[in-house]
Amino acid sequence: MAGGLPPMLEFRNVNTYYGDLHVLKDVNYNLGAGEIICLLGGNACGKSTTMKTIMGIVRPTSGEVVFEGERIDRLPTAERVKRGIAPVLEARRLFPRMTVFENLEMGAFTRKRGADFDQDLERVYTLFPRVKERREQQAGTLSGGEQQMVAIGRALMARPKLICMDEPSMGLSPLFVEQTFDIIQQINRQGVTIFMVEQNAAMALSIAHRAYVLQTGRVVLSGPAAEMRENEHVRDAYLGEMQVVAA
Amino acid sequence: MSPFDLLLQQFVNGLSLGAMYALLALGFTIVYGIMELINFSHFNVFMIGSFVAMGVLSLFGLSGQTVLLHGFPLVGVLVVALVVTMVACGMLGVGIERLALRPLRGVQGPMAMITTIGVSYVLSNAVMLTMGANTKNFPNPIPSVALHIGTAQITVFQFIIWALSAVLMGGLYLFVQRSKLGKAMRATAQDPDAALMMGVDVNRVIMTAFFLGSALAGAAGFIFGLYYNFTNFGIGFTAGLRAFTAAVLGGIGNIPGAMIGGLLIGLIEAMAGQYIGAKWADVIIFSLLVLVLVCRPAGLLGRLAPTKS
Repeated sequence: MAGGLPPMLEFRNVNTYYGDLHVLKDVNYNLGAGEIICLLGGNACGKSTTMKTIMGIVRPTSGEVVFEGERIDRLPTAERVKRGIAPVLEARRLFPRMTVFENLEMGAFTRKRGADFDQDLERVYTLFPRVKERREQQAGTLSGGEQQMVAIGRALMARPKLICMDEPSMGLSPLFVEQTFDIIQQINRQGVTIFMVEQNAAMALSIAHRAYVLQTGRVVLSGPAAEMRENEHVRDAYLGEMQVVAA
Repeated sequence: MSPFDLLLQQFVNGLSLGAMYALLALGFTIVYGIMELINFSHFNVFMIGSFVAMGVLSLFGLSGQTVLLHGFPLVGVLVVALVVTMVACGMLGVGIERLALRPLRGVQGPMAMITTIGVSYVLSNAVMLTMGANTKNFPNPIPSVALHIGTAQITVFQFIIWALSAVLMGGLYLFVQRSKLGKAMRATAQDPDAALMMGVDVNRVIMTAFFLGSALAGAAGFIFGLYYNFTNFGIGFTAGLRAFTAAVLGGIGNIPGAMIGGLLIGLIEAMAGQYIGAKWADVIIFSLLVLVLVCRPAGLLGRLAPTKS
């Protein structure tokens, strides 16, 4: 399934409930190391719950979440971050009254502060020169695009193997959306696996290797991104605005 | 006393009282900032602080008005009493959080706040039953040396209060701004879910907040005893309510706000006592509170944040 790549993250028959509400239904994902995987689906189909299940904010009722061959579904969030999973949260969720630099520091929270901290900081600053300029500014005063850069930078500061992104394009101008997706590809080429929930299906499928489609909590479709772009169901349901964008 | 000396004297007294209220207000504000919880048991952690300090001083033979020690031995005893009081109160705060509040984590509504009121009653009644309901004399071991400005005077004790408060508040400020745990506290206060996903152990942050706030309440209880030379099981209510007002006045959740609010309340109390009558102090304090809440609902330094979902 994962094209011969060693699996990085797997969901094995995961079921998640909020009270009586059955959100994820027997969900299976298989992310290979080094892939960009995108997760498509309408509102309230379980995309955000998937992210929360990976980060340990929500515990599955049954099934297993496996990261690099070990079960993580009972581990506290901090332990998952330590093992190399970092989030880019929906709507960015920076700490508004902390400086940009402090936000980046928070990204490295679970790590000991050593020489590699400066290395990672340099890496973020190289990727986003703008973030370096703004490092002493309060994060809440930045524009949406700049906040997105800090949010991605903050995730990188955890030195992650896997970054989970929840709606990275949300609320960004088209120019910034394009830049963000460029950056995501760059980060991926440096060896970081990307799992991305995205409303902007056309954009997401243009950079993803593979995709899953969730519908009311069930995986109804999965496969290489190129195939998905041609798939009638996907075109109808998620790529409707592609023509509009092109025109 | 000339009118100017009188004003100066009350200003000096007000700053001393205010420093005590500020220390106490910080505990309300730190815990509120992180948990959005008004912790009414804080009142009586302060009261217990005065009892612990009194106990430690009496272990060294200090009681009543006698000045037995001078110089370094006296300073040493006071420092020991302060440290023991702060640590004991800090641990009491952590214990309250662990036993009474953590089981309620995630419960919506006012349950946790009501619980803190219950804990507050338990603490004051426990002290009343074990120590007796009568008012105790708090030792007054600090020599009454004073600096005179005209007819106004600033006692050594008042200098000590200022220095101690400055050190404690400065230390708290540095801790919250610079240390890793302090940054985790600020991050948790601003966005608890995001902080959790950075790998912050939110329970540890909450415990730290309770420890620090309660330790500062202990220091305030010690100052209260030395200032008024008495303590009893009921002192927490009046002082606690004023300090809580100070925290709200400054903008609850805001650390500099609590400091400024505390000083303001202390000055009002001193000035009202001098110029209007001590019994009017609370009337003025709470009227000011109403006024500030009407004009600036978030407090003097607070900011109105959108309600967390």
